[in-house]
Amino acid sequence: MHPVLTQVGTTTSFLSPPIDKAISMATMIEARGLTKRYEPAGNERRRFRRRSETTETTGTLAVDGVDFDVEEGELFVIMGLSGSGKSTLLRMLNRLVDPTSGSLHIAGQDMLAMDDAQLRTTRNSTINMVFQHFALFPHRTVLENAAYGLQVRGIPEAERVERAQDALETVGLGRWGHVRPQELSGGMRQRVGLARALATDAQILLMDEPFSALDPLIRRDMQSLLLSLQEKVRKTVVFVTHDLNEAMRLGQRIMVMRDGRVIQLASGAEILSTPADDYVANFVSDVDRSRVVTVEHVMRPPLITARGDEHPQAVLDRMANVEGGGVYVVDERDRIIGVATDKHLADGIALHQERIDSLVCDDFTTIEIGSRLIEVMPLVGRHSVPLAVTDHDGRLIGVIPRAALLNTLADNGRSLNA
Amino acid sequence: MPNLHIGDAVSAIVTWLQENVAGVFDAIAAITQWLLDVVLVALTGPPPLVIVVIAALLALWARGIGFAVFTVLGLLVVESMQLWTETMETLAIVLVASVIAVVIGIPTGIWAARSKRASVVVRPVLDFMQTLPVFVYLIPAVFLFGIGVVPAVVATFIFAIPPGVRLTELGLRQVDPEMVEASVAFGATPWQLLRQVQLPLAVPSIMAGLNQVIMMALSMVVIAGMVGAGGLGAVVVQGISRLDIAVGFEGGLAVVFLAIFLDRLTSAFPRPRRRAVAVADEAPEAVAVQAVPRVA
Repeated sequence: MHPVLTQVGTTTSFLSPPIDKAISMATMIEARGLTKRYEPAGNERRRFRRRSETTETTGTLAVDGVDFDVEEGELFVIMGLSGSGKSTLLRMLNRLVDPTSGSLHIAGQDMLAMDDAQLRTTRNSTINMVFQHFALFPHRTVLENAAYGLQVRGIPEAERVERAQDALETVGLGRWGHVRPQELSGGMRQRVGLARALATDAQILLMDEPFSALDPLIRRDMQSLLLSLQEKVRKTVVFVTHDLNEAMRLGQRIMVMRDGRVIQLASGAEILSTPADDYVANFVSDVDRSRVVTVEHVMRPPLITARGDEHPQAVLDRMANVEGGGVYVVDERDRIIGVATDKHLADGIALHQERIDSLVCDDFTTIEIGSRLIEVMPLVGRHSVPLAVTDHDGRLIGVIPRAALLNTLADNGRSLNA
Repeated sequence: MPNLHIGDAVSAIVTWLQENVAGVFDAIAAITQWLLDVVLVALTGPPPLVIVVIAALLALWARGIGFAVFTVLGLLVVESMQLWTETMETLAIVLVASVIAVVIGIPTGIWAARSKRASVVVRPVLDFMQTLPVFVYLIPAVFLFGIGVVPAVVATFIFAIPPGVRLTELGLRQVDPEMVEASVAFGATPWQLLRQVQLPLAVPSIMAGLNQVIMMALSMVVIAGMVGAGGLGAVVVQGISRLDIAVGFEGGLAVVFLAIFLDRLTSAFPRPRRRAVAVADEAPEAVAVQAVPRVA
C-alpha cells in the first residue's frame, strides 16, 4: 500500500555488515536518517516570528540521522551512555517520540504515515515494549498486568486470561498471577514486564535498559532467560543498554551510539577486535573479553598430527622437532582417535609395535568451535597436548596452547585478528 | 487614575441575568430543590434509629469498631439534644452540594490535567471561588435563586468545588510517566489510558479531594443558615442573635460531630483495599514473599 518498494533497493547501507547479505530474512525494522531535534524551552514564541531561520539552527539534536536495519528474529543491541540518544531512538521506533525527520518502516509499513488508529493497532499487535523501571500497573494483579495488551485490544476475558497465563508460564511465573507486582522482587517484576509483551504475540520487542535496575546476579539470570526465550519464540528484539558486557552477551549486532550518532555497527567480536574509534576502544578495554571472544580467534593449526597406521619411530622422530609430550592421532577424516604420548611411543618401539593406533590414550580434552574463551579456561593446560578444537563432526581443526590463551586475555585488543 | 466601576458592572450583570434568563435559574433551583427533598426524605423518613444503624454499619465497614461506637454515641447525643431534623437537613445540604461539586469538579480536573490551556484558565477561576469572601457571592445567589436553601447550596457548591478540581488534576498529573508510556506503548486509546491507568492511580488523590470538598461544604453551614437554609446553621444563627449560649453550643456540637463523622468516613477510602483474588485456585504458599507495604 505504501511506497515501500522504492526503499528496499537502498537497504544495504555502508553501516550494515556483510551478514545482512548472507541471511535472506525479511527486514523488520528499516530506519533511514531518523532525527529528533528538541526545541529549547521557551523558544516556541520566537519561532512564530522567525520560523524559517530558527528551525534549522536551534534546538538540541537528540538523535542525528541514524540509519539501520533489523532483520526478523534478530537480537539487535543499541549501546551508549546516558545522553547518547539511544532511548529516544528506541521510542521513535513505536513513535512514543515522533521523529523530526527521516523515514521508518516496520514490517514493511511506513510508520510515519500512520494515523492515530493505525498507530495504536501497530503498537498493540506488532511492536511491544519492556521498560527500565518495569512500568507495571500497581492496581492490577500480575495476571491482569500480563493481559493488559490483550485487554486494550478488546479480547474477551476468558481468552485474555488464558493467553496471559501462558505468557506468565513462559517466563516462569505461572503461579504468581494473583499477586500484586509490588509484592514481587525486581527480577520477577521484569519477568511480568516481559510476559506483558509476550502475551500480545507482537513480533517486535523494544527493550529499554530492561535489566539495568536489577542487581548483577539477577541481571545475568534475566539475560539467560531472554536468550533462551529467543531460542523458543524468535522475536525481533531491539535492546537498549549502557552495559557493553550485556551488549556483547546478547547482541548479534551492536550499534554503538554517542551524541545521537552511530559510531559503529558490528558484531561484538568485530567491535572488540576493530573498534571504530578511540571512544569505542575505551569502552572495549573494560570488557571481559573471555566472554566475547570465541576459540577460533585463539586457536592455531596443530604443529603435528599423526595417522593411526604410522610407525611409532617415525612419529617420535617428528615429535623431536617440536616441544610437547604428545601428538593427536587422527583418522583419514581428521577425527581424533586419541593422543600418543612420547612415553607410550617409546614403549611401543621397545615392544616392536608397527602401528601407533594401539598405543593411543584418551589423555586430552576437546572443545567445539564457537565456544567462548571463558569455557576454555578451566580446560587448558591439563594434559600433555594442547586443548583440541573440533568442528561439529568431531574433526580436529586447531589447538589452543595455554600461552596463546593467556596472550589473548592479556592483550588489549590490538592483535586479535592478526 | 480612571475611576473603574467594576462593582456597578457586576451588579448590572446580575440584574440582567435576573431579568432575562430567570428561567435557567428557576430550573437550576427546581432541580436542586428536588435533589434536596429526595435526600431529606431519605434521611428523615425512617426513624432515627434506622439511620443510626446504617451510619454505624458504614463506620464499621470504613474504619472498624471504634469509629462505629463513636458514630452511634454521637448520633444518639444529637437525637437527645432534639436536633435530629436540623442535623439531617444540614447533612442533606452538604451531600447535595458535594455531589454536584464532584460531578462537575472531577471532569473539570481531568480536563485541566489533559490540557495545559485548560489548566491555565481553570486555576485563576478556582482561586477566585476559593478566596472571594462567601457573602460576596451569597448575595447575588439570593437575588438569582431567591431566599431559602437553594442559594445556600449554590454558594456551598462554589466554595467547595476547588479542592475537588485541584486534587483531581494533581492526582492525574502525578501518575508515573512510565506508566502512561507503557499504556500508550501497548496501543491504548486516550480513553483507555484514562480509564484503565490514570484514574485508578489517581484515586487516592481524588478521594482526598472528595474529603476536602465535604469539609469545605460543612464549613459553610452556619453561613447557609443566614439565608434561610435551615438546618444546624439556623440553630447556630438563632443562638447568636438571641445570645443564647445553650442553643448556640448545642448546634455547634452537632456540626462538630457531623464534621468528624464525614471526615473519618471519607478519609478511610484513599487506602487501597485488596481486590478479590484473580486466580483463586493458586497455591497459597505463592504469597510467601513478604508483602511490601503498599505505597498509597
